[in-house]
Amino acid sequence: MTIEFTRRVEVTLWLNGRDLTTVVSPRTTLLDWLREDIGLTGAKKGCNEGACGTCTVLVDGRRMNGCLTLVVQCEGRSVTTVEGLAGADGALHPVQRAFAEFDAFQCGYCTPGQLLSAVACIAEGHAADDASVREWMSGNICRCSAYPQITAAVLAAAREEPGR
Amino acid sequence: MRDFAYARAGTAESAVGTLADPGTSVIAGGTELLNWFRLGIAAADRVVDIGGLDELRGIASDGDGLRIGALATLNEIGEHPLVTQGAGALASACLQAASAQIRNRATIGGNVLQRTRCPYFRAEEPLPWPCHKRDPGSGCASLAGRHERQAIFGWTQDCVAVQPSDPAVALAMLDAQAEVLGPAGPRTIPMREFHLTQREAAEAGQPMRETRLEPGELITGYRLPASAGGQAYVKVRERASYEYAIVSAAAAVRLDALLPGAVLPGAPGAGRIAAARVALGSVAQRPWRLDAAEAELPGTPLTREALTPVIERAMAGAAPLPQNEFKVTMARNAAVRALLTAGGAS
Repeated sequence: MTIEFTRRVEVTLWLNGRDLTTVVSPRTTLLDWLREDIGLTGAKKGCNEGACGTCTVLVDGRRMNGCLTLVVQCEGRSVTTVEGLAGADGALHPVQRAFAEFDAFQCGYCTPGQLLSAVACIAEGHAADDASVREWMSGNICRCSAYPQITAAVLAAAREEPGR
Repeated sequence: MRDFAYARAGTAESAVGTLADPGTSVIAGGTELLNWFRLGIAAADRVVDIGGLDELRGIASDGDGLRIGALATLNEIGEHPLVTQGAGALASACLQAASAQIRNRATIGGNVLQRTRCPYFRAEEPLPWPCHKRDPGSGCASLAGRHERQAIFGWTQDCVAVQPSDPAVALAMLDAQAEVLGPAGPRTIPMREFHLTQREAAEAGQPMRETRLEPGELITGYRLPASAGGQAYVKVRERASYEYAIVSAAAAVRLDALLPGAVLPGAPGAGRIAAARVALGSVAQRPWRLDAAEAELPGTPLTREALTPVIERAMAGAAPLPQNEFKVTMARNAAVRALLTAGGAS
């Protein structure tokens, strides 16, 4: 069986609950596509090399760096960004409410990535205590250093909505 | 990032078929490859995606041992009960690598093929300094400049870089075998011989070579032999999480159950070692098994005082660079700590 290589690839995926078909150049990262093609700028381009976590999104419920994921690798998958966290009626996700309540940010640049990472951290069952949150949230850097507040918010949201 | 043509492979065999063309790269997780493309460390005209191949997935018992598919992610391996029970050092190494989100993408097949973190190597082209890996024969800016994180074994004047993979150290310690598929069919490569030091590569007449994987070959999985006793992976780094190792050590220890005290971990005069394996990480361009120590350890009490001189003798051939002599001491201590933890004494 020969394999056919192409320079334009059609990709069908779910984005924040809506199905969508797009045609991309293979090199297009999920992050660039979200920000430049779709106009969802919640995921931020901090380092563009997987070091900072500001581009964290959920792919099939698992957190991943948008800058290290190609759109062509998302065929048939479900992608959730910060724009898809709140309910259809605009009600904030429990993790978003906890971040607001605990003041878990200063400048807010890292917050979309922190939120998605926190949602996954709780669902994975890794928000048991201070140490596990700090370990399993270490892929999201906060240069304002709001880590104590972020840790408290994740633990509070986990108590409200325990993981598996 | 330069654009490339893309295809999804339907089978591992068909993916290997495309690799006869040297301009074709394999992508699985992509966490390393995309950064190579961005920096100009690698360039490909074609990328073949193996991420959809179910035949390369899975973690399963294999007789007394384990088989792990090349597409298993670091998080899947780190939290899989078969791995935490039978290959605890590997599970620990996987979970101490990278970040939670990277570990959801990074595969165990790609992980061992990651390249050095040397900052002189990981710069955007055009490089403002010499780097043998980027421009063969140009020399080593790190040797002339900063090199406190570099090799203490096996380096040459051309390159002093270390291999940064955590899982590779555990795989080498556990005597895992990599299963690879190439144009000539399948074969296996022992993980303790998978990577090459700069000196080994130079002596083989292929100074640019970093592994025994041949061009056109694909890692399809790993076989791990039966559990080697209590295990540990100790990673020493500048922050507690999400950081590469300065040094690391993987160990497995079986205590001599017939001797008194063996069941009282940590007690004075506690257990003697029946058999042990130990490997160092981030000290060379390959995981560094301490064969001489492994030969000497049976009968040795599981105490810091008894273990330290054994490890020191096994590391007598270390050749630190002017700025990294501290790594000799740090690696020795990491090895001792890994053995103590694996044996249940700390």
